[in-house]
Amino acid sequence: MAQAVRLRVNGAERAVEADPAISLLSVLRGPLGLTAAHFGCGANQCGACNVLIDGQAVAACDTPLWAAAGKDITTVEGLGTPDEPHPLQRAFIAEQAMQCGYCISGILVSAAALLRRNPDPSEAEVRAALDRNLCRCGAHNRIVRAVLRAAKEKP
Amino acid sequence: MSTGPGLGYHILDTGGAALPGSLQSNKRLSQWLRFRSDGVVEVSSGKVEIGQGILTAIAQIVADELDVDLARICMLPASTAASPNEGVTSGSYSIEHSGLALRYACAEARAIFLDAAAQRLGVAAQGLAVRDGTIAGPGNLRTSYWELADQGLLDRDATAKVAPKPVSARQVAGTAAGRLDIPDKVFGRPRFVHDMRLPGMLFARVLRPPSPGAALTALDDAPAKAMPGVAAVVRDGSFAGVVAATDEAALAALKRLGARARWQESDTLPDEANLRAWVKSQPVESTSIDVREAAAPGETVRMLRREYSRPFIAHASMAPSCAIAQWSDAGLNVWTHSQGIYNLRADLALVFALAPERIVVEHAEGAGCYGQNGADDVALEAALLARAVKGRPVSLLWSREDEMAWAPLGACQAVDIEADLDEKGEIVAWRHDVWGNGHVSRPGRGKTPTLQAAWQLAKPFPRSVAVNPPLAGGGGSERNATPLYDFPAWRITNHRLLTMPIRTSSLRSLGAFANVFAIESFMDELAAERGDDPVAFRLRHLKDPRARAVLEAAARRAGWSGWKKRDGAGHGIGFARYKGAGAYCAAVAEVEGEADIRVCRLVLAVDVGEVVNPDGVINQMEGGAVQATSWVLKEAVRFDHRRIASATWETYPILRFSEVPAVEVEIIARPDEKTLGAGEAAHGPVAGAIANAVFDALGVRVRDLPITRERIVAAMG
Repeated sequence: MAQAVRLRVNGAERAVEADPAISLLSVLRGPLGLTAAHFGCGANQCGACNVLIDGQAVAACDTPLWAAAGKDITTVEGLGTPDEPHPLQRAFIAEQAMQCGYCISGILVSAAALLRRNPDPSEAEVRAALDRNLCRCGAHNRIVRAVLRAAKEKP
Repeated sequence: MSTGPGLGYHILDTGGAALPGSLQSNKRLSQWLRFRSDGVVEVSSGKVEIGQGILTAIAQIVADELDVDLARICMLPASTAASPNEGVTSGSYSIEHSGLALRYACAEARAIFLDAAAQRLGVAAQGLAVRDGTIAGPGNLRTSYWELADQGLLDRDATAKVAPKPVSARQVAGTAAGRLDIPDKVFGRPRFVHDMRLPGMLFARVLRPPSPGAALTALDDAPAKAMPGVAAVVRDGSFAGVVAATDEAALAALKRLGARARWQESDTLPDEANLRAWVKSQPVESTSIDVREAAAPGETVRMLRREYSRPFIAHASMAPSCAIAQWSDAGLNVWTHSQGIYNLRADLALVFALAPERIVVEHAEGAGCYGQNGADDVALEAALLARAVKGRPVSLLWSREDEMAWAPLGACQAVDIEADLDEKGEIVAWRHDVWGNGHVSRPGRGKTPTLQAAWQLAKPFPRSVAVNPPLAGGGGSERNATPLYDFPAWRITNHRLLTMPIRTSSLRSLGAFANVFAIESFMDELAAERGDDPVAFRLRHLKDPRARAVLEAAARRAGWSGWKKRDGAGHGIGFARYKGAGAYCAAVAEVEGEADIRVCRLVLAVDVGEVVNPDGVINQMEGGAVQATSWVLKEAVRFDHRRIASATWETYPILRFSEVPAVEVEIIARPDEKTLGAGEAAHGPVAGAIANAVFDALGVRVRDLPITRERIVAAMG
């Protein structure tokens, strides 16, 4: 059952005592106290729990802890801070790119992964990269504008 | 954001009229705001943030009236322990109720502090100016709200006799101030009730019945109880759940509990394939909504009749509902994303037979909610489960399937419209009949609770059937059934179902979505019969200048008259004044497709009276337009005769990034008109516009939503 698993989260080495079969999301939100990644569906269908694993946007809700062991994990808490915001964070504030914001952590992560592999995406490429992230409030177009703005700004 | 100095104040002759907005029922000024000696203004609104930016808009109003920087304002979470009781955050009323109350409360508070400052400084109040909370007089005379705080100056009832600033003097309201909650959300700081972690907190999950009509006949809870981390297994009638040290442990125990549960199911649901026939065959309570008789009735030579419908639609909030409950000797504490904390408290008091004062309900944000989702239900369930572990806070999170299948749904509706036409094809009379379940099952309004778990208990409370809010507030099923067009005669009738096999409650715009879709579709059908341009035909039936202005603005902005017809593309228009008394909105939709319709562009013009936050209004209009597009093209709750079948995002798809149309919003500024809510104005007009654009593109009229490939193919046949 429970065993020691080592993770690298937001640049820091973390060790947790947990069943390796449980989801990465429950470890992040539980013992690690990182609540930016949100539970939305538990089935990799909405993107609210997306985190970066070795630079790729991955749904933490259906990633078992063992699969994340030893990998480099970034959550929104590690993307940037108010003093040193990620360009996406600055752009999302500038564009007021949300309504409720529950989906936004996962969208920031998907967008960060996009900008890593494609620093100058077209609008269609942004939409394609975010297509697995759901937003119910209808803030999509603002979000797309924010990602394009972040790409223009560069860090 | 900085404000210029405001000088003195002005007394109104109110002539004993009722106090504005929610001040009438919450008169104590100290209930609304408090100055702190450290330079912060604490503001309590009874309205809650549901992703619509209301707290920012209210803070802007406060900043203006008090002459303080927006950054000094701290909007406190609404709580039954302290906040004014402003009922439910719904109906696009928040600016009218809470904004107006705070506008007057702040104007009066400012005057009270000016008087106190005048006394302290030995000058006349009318010679004092306020800039960012500092009160300055002639020479170097100075004091501030913060210096004068804590003297109980606001422990008195409002009189509303101090005039708020004229529109021209407002400097914060009317600007696109950034939302106060957005920085937390982009930096991933805990903001939602889902993210709250209280000392000693446990986690819970509920054992959901397999179908709405199911009863729990046997439950062996021993294996679940024996699992590690499990603190309690609770069963009361058909309600059951587990409480554990972690969410993982609760889920594992729930799985084992479910394997030992026996349910008796029955077929209680209607025929999904024939919803329009079902809804018209049920026992109903019929109400005449409006009758207009023509002074000189024209002669009818022909009658046109069409039938429209909308299905059950899910709120489908991004977050499954969540609540935290904690029992103590004093009573019950609940943290909830409910839209009505006092109303929820009233129903909790009924279920637990507790005096309401022994229950504190505090708001914490949830995901965007578009009416009554599972927020209230989950709060009762959390309280039922937390009772087994008194003293410990218990966080209950619903599953995605719970949220899709167990939150109240937006009601299915059928709408029949008939028009009598004279020999020239002019409309002589209009009849509109609407059938459907009521749109309100909200708690706190009846003698028995409306919360679902209360109906499942071993000693159950009686099930209630959804009702409609009063017509004076816009009604429910009949919302927007009465057209704004100048027809000489009409008869508008509502038929509310007295059965409720599928639980319904408020979903954004209530009946306006179906009624406006039907009216605007029918207007297009009438225009097409005559060969009239749809915009010109509407304008010919509209005297109201504000209505005409939004129609003309949307048509102009969209380039309506310059539209080039081409194969597989079409444009359409829709219009309504929300509730007949709220915001005016016109929408032009441009679509493409042969069977799979894509909405490419939506152009909206809106008149919400005086605009408090233009970007907030645009955000609400854009969001409403996109959500309505999703409803129109994709959404219908699926079920067989027994079970809800659309409990995941795969079985209940919504519009995705690649499918979202470009949305343009034009605001028609009316600084001297009363501010009206923007949150629900777009849904009906957008639905009408898309349906009409589909007809323009394909020459087929789909009258039953959603407009899917199957419906288009069926309409072609």
